[in-house]
Amino acid sequence: MDNAPEIKPRSLWQDAWQRLRHNKAALASMVILALLMAVVCIGPFLSPYSGDAIDWEYIWGEPSLQNQHWLGTDSLGRDVFVRVLQGGQISLLVGIVSTLVSLLIGVSYGAVAGYFGGRVDSIMMRIVDILYALPFLFFVILLMVFFGRHLLLIFVAIGMVNWLDMARIVRGQTLSLKRREFIEAAWMSGASDEQVIKRHIIPNLMGVVVVYVTLTIPQVILVESFLSFLGLGVQEPATSWGALVNEGAQEMDTAPWLLIFPASFLAVTLFCFNFIGDGLRDALDPKDR
Amino acid sequence: MLLEINNLSVTFHRGREQIEAVRDVSLALDRGETLGIVGESGSGKSQTVLAMLGLTDVNGKVTGSAMLDGEELIGLSTRELSRIRGSRVAMIFQDPMTSLNPHLRIGTQMTEVLALHKGMTGQAARTRCIEMLEQVRISDAARRLRQYPHELSGGMRQRVMIAMSLLCEPALLVADEPTTALDVTVQAEILDLLRSLRERYQMAMILITHDLGVVAGNCDRVVVMQDGRVVESADAESLFYRPQQAYTRELLAAVPRLDHP
Repeated sequence: MDNAPEIKPRSLWQDAWQRLRHNKAALASMVILALLMAVVCIGPFLSPYSGDAIDWEYIWGEPSLQNQHWLGTDSLGRDVFVRVLQGGQISLLVGIVSTLVSLLIGVSYGAVAGYFGGRVDSIMMRIVDILYALPFLFFVILLMVFFGRHLLLIFVAIGMVNWLDMARIVRGQTLSLKRREFIEAAWMSGASDEQVIKRHIIPNLMGVVVVYVTLTIPQVILVESFLSFLGLGVQEPATSWGALVNEGAQEMDTAPWLLIFPASFLAVTLFCFNFIGDGLRDALDPKDR
Repeated sequence: MLLEINNLSVTFHRGREQIEAVRDVSLALDRGETLGIVGESGSGKSQTVLAMLGLTDVNGKVTGSAMLDGEELIGLSTRELSRIRGSRVAMIFQDPMTSLNPHLRIGTQMTEVLALHKGMTGQAARTRCIEMLEQVRISDAARRLRQYPHELSGGMRQRVMIAMSLLCEPALLVADEPTTALDVTVQAEILDLLRSLRERYQMAMILITHDLGVVAGNCDRVVVMQDGRVVESADAESLFYRPQQAYTRELLAAVPRLDHP
């Protein structure tokens, strides 16, 4: 035993990372997504045009390299390249922020409900059921009517709805985790409820939660697109991929580039997140261990 | 007496149904003594000790009394119980594969117990953990502290659990089927280890098992449980040679033997 080769200890996360690295689709998706985010942030500064300036010389312009409207212009003569990237900023921001909101609320709510169980659990989960029953669109329209149109409201509206799913998933996982002996062992060593939730329950939930998060981000981006499509989302001159696709769809016969470019950015992003989610699910699957 | 349990009952409510898991159990244990609790699955062995430590599920109701060193345990608040659990009474569980948190290093899990009960942290706590791991005959203890549970074998993990439970030198160790999930050779090693540690630290032990073979060489006294009741209580020797109750005789006869297939 003493002359056994020194094996470096590896946590489950390091293990998962090793496995994820061998998943080509997930790895490629991560690289593409990182590039995409960089382009979305830096890109607008590379173009000589700004997203809300009108080029009177070149309305409905086709993509062209000579006048630096790389992806053409829209019906108002605004540069599509810049607008797609600005829309991307909003879409990704909505996706990530709303998911974080739902993550924060959902995980703590679900963990508490599942951990304490019994009556606490029943009451907390019935509240979730009631909120589930609220029609989403009605809720969004109500928010808009009361508080006016604001980007923040979209974060709130989407986050408010998504945490319900998260809470249910986390609660279910917590219920089964609670039966595991190491939780009992933690109680037995004198740990308080708070310590058990923080040190033992939540870290063990992270595998499932991370997978769910990567699948939620594209879902949220889609929901935002849907809201924008209905005219309830971001307002001009700000834009998002959903809003751009909406505009483009109306003019796809005459100016297809208005639809093609935002739609492909959106599709690539969604694909990437889904591949990463799938890869993570495989990498974190305990059965593979 | 170190531990005196009197008329302890545990009832679970499921809808209108009531399930009496433990009925009117009384037992006593002196310092340094080992008590075996034997019975088939569902006879209330584990529920008895869990109830004493306030670990009964929310839908269970506990009545009766359990005195540890003259202090009543039943009805204590969670906070007061937390002080006792891990420091004066420790427990090891059946399945070492699931009784360690897979996301924490061995060292982190062990030092947590010391921080909780003794306010011991940093290098002092680590030194104490290494000492304890060496006590349970784990080689290369300093390296083990940095490892994760999935890197250790089953027997090794059970040793870690034992080391962890002994960190605060409890007066009473509850071992809930400590060897059931392990293979036979490892079983013998673990039992042997428990025996020597018990002598060294002068602690009392409750050994819960369904395996009469485990009871035979390890216990001073034995309590046989069936359907939540104590059916027979005797010292180990007389139980094996002069069983009084029909159920005990049945249990003894049920032990598989190579010479009487």
